[in-house]
Amino acid sequence: MGSSATWGLLTATFTASFVEFVEALTIVLAMGMTRSWRAALAGTAAAVVGLAGFTAVAGYALINWLPESALQLGIGTLLLIFGLQWLRKAILRSSGLKALHDEEEEFREQAEAARRAGDEQKLGLDWFAFVVSFKGVFLEGVEVVFIVITFGLNADNVGLAAGGAAAAGVIVLSAGAIAHRPLARVPENTLKYAVGLLLATFGTFWAVEGLGVFQSGGESIEWPGEDWSILVLLAGWFVLSRLLVWAAPVVAGRGRRPERRVPAVAEEPS
Amino acid sequence: MNIVKGIGRFWYDFIVGDDWKIAAAVVTALAIGALIAAGTATGASWLPPLVGALVVVAFTVSLVVDVRR
Repeated sequence: MGSSATWGLLTATFTASFVEFVEALTIVLAMGMTRSWRAALAGTAAAVVGLAGFTAVAGYALINWLPESALQLGIGTLLLIFGLQWLRKAILRSSGLKALHDEEEEFREQAEAARRAGDEQKLGLDWFAFVVSFKGVFLEGVEVVFIVITFGLNADNVGLAAGGAAAAGVIVLSAGAIAHRPLARVPENTLKYAVGLLLATFGTFWAVEGLGVFQSGGESIEWPGEDWSILVLLAGWFVLSRLLVWAAPVVAGRGRRPERRVPAVAEEPS
Repeated sequence: MNIVKGIGRFWYDFIVGDDWKIAAAVVTALAIGALIAAGTATGASWLPPLVGALVVVAFTVSLVVDVRR
């Protein structure tokens, strides 16, 4: 894999993981500060164990069960769908048609829900804090695992992808431990925009390469310029996204007000 | 059965999310690309940019439809 793709791999996995870790940290902080640190950390640990098992099974299955171009097509397609969801939300937020993600607001909502919840205890733990922490870390973690596996397998460098994610996790946890509050000053909306662009770029690149499975021989299709086409794709998605940010309010009709933030019952995928 | 439905719902929400039109757009564009690829000799340099353009157009259409709702 060329150096441009390597840097793209590292940047994408680090940035995407960073955003997910920040969101998971907010949930764990809310549970720890309002209910029980022991239960919140136990839920986090349980989620990490579950994620490790999930990663091992999914990674082994994908490596051993699919030929390379079919793997590229399948994972590239999933990555493209996933990435365009992020890009869509980033475009809507940038154009004012969707409320910006606010980590402080998210913390307040989670803390309020925690204060209203009952006092059920199981296994000696505050069960509400345990379950919410487990679900939050697991759901955000699945997105990290998904990005690490898809990028890592397609780039044939799972170790580097995992390293990028791990580095992001260490930085977020350290910052959270020092600040002892949600990392609200992180430019999360900008990071999500960047991650959406990267996921869309690499998803497009790999999904199209994987279409070679339908040709004689089943070999991956090569883009003109090979890895340099990744930069062209990135520029293309960026230009399109800026055009859509400008055009979306016009298409939606004049006078449409920005969406008011509705309290989240369950955290939506980024 | 509830567990199976729950797992299925989780993966649907995870992959497709709250806008099914994006998944439909991507699958449609790649399906058209697959048909073109199947009928094309290997090594055609115009094929990747064409399919890439199809994906871009499909996403744009899905977003416009979403915004106009």
